[in-house]
Amino acid sequence: MNWKAVSLAAGAAILTSQAFAAGHRWDGADELDVNPLACDGGAGMVAAKPYDGGQPTGAPDLAGQPITLVDVPKLIGIGYFAATTLGMQQAAEELGNVTVSTDGPTEANIDDQITFIDNYITQGVNGILFAANDPVAIAPVLNKALDRGIHVVGYDANSTPDAREWFVNQAEFNGIAKAMMDSIVEEIGEDGSFAIVTSTFTTPNQARWIAEMWAYTEQCYPQLEWLETVEAQEDNILSFNQASTLINKYGEDLDGLFGMTSVATPASAEAVTQAGLCGEVAVVGLATPNAMKPYVNADCVKSVVLWNPVDLGYAAVHVIRAVVDGNLEPGADRVEAGRLGSLQIVNGSEVLLGPPFIYNKDNVNDFDF
Amino acid sequence: MAMQTSSGDSTAALRAVAARHETLLLAILVISLAALATQSDRFLTGENILNQGRLMAEVALVALPMTFIIITAGIDLSVGSVLGLSAIVLGVSWKNLGLPLELAMVVAVLTGTAAGFANGWFITRIKVPPLIMTLATLALFRGLAEGISQARSVRGYPEWFFMLGQGEVLGVPTQLWILVVAIAVSWVVLSRTTFGRSLYAIGHNETAARFSGIPVDRYKLAIYTYSGFMAGLAGVIFVSRVSTTRSDMGTGLELDVIAAVVLGGTSIFGGVGTITGTVIGFVLIQLLKNGLAITGVKGDATIVVIGTVLILSILITNFVQRRRGGDT
Repeated sequence: MNWKAVSLAAGAAILTSQAFAAGHRWDGADELDVNPLACDGGAGMVAAKPYDGGQPTGAPDLAGQPITLVDVPKLIGIGYFAATTLGMQQAAEELGNVTVSTDGPTEANIDDQITFIDNYITQGVNGILFAANDPVAIAPVLNKALDRGIHVVGYDANSTPDAREWFVNQAEFNGIAKAMMDSIVEEIGEDGSFAIVTSTFTTPNQARWIAEMWAYTEQCYPQLEWLETVEAQEDNILSFNQASTLINKYGEDLDGLFGMTSVATPASAEAVTQAGLCGEVAVVGLATPNAMKPYVNADCVKSVVLWNPVDLGYAAVHVIRAVVDGNLEPGADRVEAGRLGSLQIVNGSEVLLGPPFIYNKDNVNDFDF
Repeated sequence: MAMQTSSGDSTAALRAVAARHETLLLAILVISLAALATQSDRFLTGENILNQGRLMAEVALVALPMTFIIITAGIDLSVGSVLGLSAIVLGVSWKNLGLPLELAMVVAVLTGTAAGFANGWFITRIKVPPLIMTLATLALFRGLAEGISQARSVRGYPEWFFMLGQGEVLGVPTQLWILVVAIAVSWVVLSRTTFGRSLYAIGHNETAARFSGIPVDRYKLAIYTYSGFMAGLAGVIFVSRVSTTRSDMGTGLELDVIAAVVLGGTSIFGGVGTITGTVIGFVLIQLLKNGLAITGVKGDATIVVIGTVLILSILITNFVQRRRGGDT
């Protein structure tokens, strides 16, 4: 018995609130403002926003001196955060005056994460790097750190802006949307047709991406045909079944499939493989390299869209070092981040890692997460 | 059996064992506090200890009724999910249904209580074993919480609400006051009332308790309902502490709670246990975790230490109990 599904259905029945007022946007997209990037790859409209981060009170001046950092990711023991940790160690080694250790809960639990950070505040460190399990729940403890003069920089998953100084944003929604659409157009052409396998229509990130993809398509690829969005939770079997159904339902009319979750993408690739349609139906999506290696190496999937978590961790350490050294102050519009060069500041207090990273046959085997 | 003839003696003996276990735990607590304090001057400070009290309040509140339940040889695995469900009900009834927050808090605690009552009802009337029943509701209540919340968080609570989870009264975290009252009430109920004594009787031999005229089903229903109530209350406090509502709140709470209760000397087979032991149990776990973290031990190693302490304490209790049994 799938209790989750049953109760989800029950919950949905109870709360048929404003969810179906969609109208002009595609199924699975949200109703928030969209900001599509320019078709030619130029920078999108970046609305200048004043600095909205917080400031530590009475932080000691440690410019150029050794600092000790602690990194508290959502959880430890998974490949993704092992990759960010690796990037941090690379940055620390390169800088020479930074010691960073990673410690965190073994499950992505807000309560445990808060406790970890709290303990490190008591223990005393110069800076905290975090990837929040919940943006609001983590705010009080981060504010406490700022009050004690500890520098706070987030990466991967943000907190409320005033609870940290900077956030290293791995990819903006419009950037991911552009990379997704450009990748599929490369395979199916500007007049192809495709369907989307997402988690649920209301899952925040996925809904945001689909809204941006819709906006970007209207602007750049008006000929593309959107067939359908289907929900597949984040369930492996369900994703596979939904993708198979789409393949059977549309037959020749289906040129491509988008996987919007790290579960839906490999499942869609598996469905296409089993239907013997590799090369006929393109699969593009968000997923981790390990899950996609078999399909990429078998030439069934050409591009997997994500960011590079090693670079993400690397950038986070550079950002906090720049803050301590006085090289990154509120109002700045760029920050130097070692081998990544100069990174753009967006949204007031976010450091943008750059365009999303496309994993393909040439590089996918270099990653292990 | 020989034990049966002198039930007064044997309870006295078992109480002595429990007392011994508590003394032993207290010794472990004091020794580890002292040891950790030598490692870091930031550990044994009033501020840190009070802060730890704040962090452990939810586990501690739920551990009190869990002690009652385990003493009757039962178990409640659903507490974490009840906490999550209550938290979601709080958020949804306030934000989406537009209830005043005060009323939403009451509704949330009542939801927890009702969830506990449902557990108790099925366990006593339908005779579903507690392990099975609460394992089922562990999934069911969590699913309900996810369904009702639509996987969305509720945020933006008014400032006064944070008093409960983030504020202080007379320099002590608000929830610690609540905890102290709850401990006092639970201690009196368990050790000074017929009801409390009956719980031990049920745990020792439920059939015998039934034939002695103890309203076993009514008492069991009461303690599972109490468990739901406390989980609901802890849920409200948790929301106030972390200033947001999420459907995954309280995941894994049941394990922390059961660990504290068992470490405190309550026998998983029923019939043995005290509130004092449970209190020492959760204080010890919290301070060990905190102390190890502050002295620079990483999270994964801390879990290993906690596990080891748990096993050792149970081994020692068993050893003492067996020797005790051999003597009489």
